Amino acid sequence: MTFGVDVASMLLGGVAAGMVLFIVSVGLSVTMGLMGFVNLAHGGFAMLGGYAIALAMRHWGFGFVSALVFGFVLTAAVSAVLERVLYARLYGADELDQVLFTIGLVFMMIASVTLLVGPENQPLALPSFLRGQLDLGILQYRAYSVVLIAVGVVIVAALWLGFERTRLGAQIRAAVDNRRMAESLGINIARLFTITFAFGSGMAALGGGLGAEFLGLDPQYALKYLVYFLIVVAVGGLGRVTGVFYAALLIGVLDFALKKYVPQGGTAFIYALTILLLLWRPQGLFGARAT
Amino acid sequence: MTKWMITAALAALALTTSWAQAQEVKVGVALPYTGIGAEFAQLVDRGMELYLKLNADKVKPYKISLIKRDVKDPGGANAKIAVQELLTQDNVDVLAGWIYSPNAIASAPIVTAGKKLAVIMNAGTAHITTMSPYYVRTSFSMWHAGYAMGEASAKLLNAKTAVVGYTDFPPGKDSLAAFKRSFEAVGGKVVDEIPMGGAGAVPDFTPFFQRAKDKKPDVFFVFVPAGDHAAAVVKTYAALGMREAGIKLIGPGDITQDTKLQAMGAAAVGLITMHHYHADLDNPENKRFVEAWKKEYGAATTPDFMAVGGYDGMAAIVHVVQTLKGKVDSEKALEALKGWKFASPRGPIMIDPVTRDIVMNEYLSEAVMKDGRVFQKVIGKIDGVKDACKEQKIGPCAPK
Repeated sequence: MTFGVDVASMLLGGVAAGMVLFIVSVGLSVTMGLMGFVNLAHGGFAMLGGYAIALAMRHWGFGFVSALVFGFVLTAAVSAVLERVLYARLYGADELDQVLFTIGLVFMMIASVTLLVGPENQPLALPSFLRGQLDLGILQYRAYSVVLIAVGVVIVAALWLGFERTRLGAQIRAAVDNRRMAESLGINIARLFTITFAFGSGMAALGGGLGAEFLGLDPQYALKYLVYFLIVVAVGGLGRVTGVFYAALLIGVLDFALKKYVPQGGTAFIYALTILLLLWRPQGLFGARAT
Repeated sequence: MTKWMITAALAALALTTSWAQAQEVKVGVALPYTGIGAEFAQLVDRGMELYLKLNADKVKPYKISLIKRDVKDPGGANAKIAVQELLTQDNVDVLAGWIYSPNAIASAPIVTAGKKLAVIMNAGTAHITTMSPYYVRTSFSMWHAGYAMGEASAKLLNAKTAVVGYTDFPPGKDSLAAFKRSFEAVGGKVVDEIPMGGAGAVPDFTPFFQRAKDKKPDVFFVFVPAGDHAAAVVKTYAALGMREAGIKLIGPGDITQDTKLQAMGAAAVGLITMHHYHADLDNPENKRFVEAWKKEYGAATTPDFMAVGGYDGMAAIVHVVQTLKGKVDSEKALEALKGWKFASPRGPIMIDPVTRDIVMNEYLSEAVMKDGRVFQKVIGKIDGVKDACKEQKIGPCAPK
């Protein structure tokens, strides 16, 4: 019984952490798969979105849910403008230029936020119904984690349907698999990319807000969790919603379990595992085999 | 005639400039102005600046100029470079700063080679002051709070068992060692020790706290760097229902840092800390200090223990400059500081003439709600606490 409770609490904690990883990383995976563009500023959009959400709640009287919507829309809009004005110029550039550009952008985001809002962590107070403990029968657990898992499942289902069952989704999948072929069939890749980029950044913003309870929210957010987002994308494979989902859950649960049962290993285990995994399957656990 | 006048004027000018140069004391400040430590750097920086501003008449006729360098991160390497540049390029007379222990540890050989007085304004790993004879500390050692808390936990909080969670870097290990030594000396038992990630990024504390909760200790002693780590700790403690499970969260004052306390809100109520300063301390120096701070930096801001480290550190530097009449010779500066006493906002402090570390009061405080804000109520006080690690010559604190 205690063992069961132990495992259940570990799974709940890990899956909740994985949901946050998924929500932030899914956009990164799709844009990377679509354009082969290495957008290291993705975590920056999560940070900006998180800030928009926290500030909207604290200063402009938004509720938690409406602030999430506001953060999504605002970040998506800002990123669409940046994509058209800046990113679009670098699609043909080599990877080093893209990396330098996006890293530069991250530093500018961090510096701007530090200047405008300050270097300190932004508290994001959850509404009272999301705080405290929830009785799940066999155990009491953090209410927010349970709600987050439910929300995550809904988001995954919606994304999967959108990806697999809509015209836009089919276009994105086609473009990820073979961009030149898709282009020659008349799919407007530039427009498609702006849409997915904005949507992916909006999702990142949502993740920034939803995950602030676990990950906090400060200017360094843009860089310090980037490694985790990149690991999820690398393990999940590029441009695969379900792949990113499984990878995020796997990383979330593994990371949680390792930290709980062998904290002495520090945070290094997850990196070691990723290296081994990518040596074994360079295309990621759920990615399509390179052709 | 005109020629004479010009020569005389030039000579006078040359005299005044060289006079002005002799009067100026350059203080090289090494703080993480950007990156994860940026908010800490701002607190120490503001503490230093506030002392200079409030005590302009005590500085006269000398001029103290601060030359600030960004040490960027807690890694050590960048701090070493910054300190080296301050010494070799800016020719500073005194060094100051150090938020993170690894930075002070990495800088030690450079400080020793540079032969300049170096005032540590935050970094708290106990043995740092043994690493260079030029280090003087106006902040604290982890042993000040950790050791006192171990004893208080058993005697005042009646705890029999404890779990220690700590950020896995030198002051974290120090804090664990200090708490464990005194807690077990008075009959307590540390049932689990959990390293909880590094200082460079705030981890999700849920798995570590879940582990602690499963062990069902009487108290959960946590050391994490103040700031965002601390805010996350209190949040996770509340969210996992550990208080309801009868586990008291205790630690050094980093977990109830003044700048984070109000945002923690009700989640912070009941936290018990041992520390040398918080903004709610009731003494005339502190009242003046907090009032001046709010006037200078805004009513919504508050000083905290880091700000006091900077404030007292600057007081120490001004004392040296006055005693040595503006010519800071390092050996004489060290002599001037040994046994130096000061009425700090944290209460009376002294620099221990033997260890060059600080001697000060420790306050046991409980966070309570008062007038709609979280208030730190002092429930116990120990006068004149020395760094127990060096007093008892433990491990790396023992003289080589």
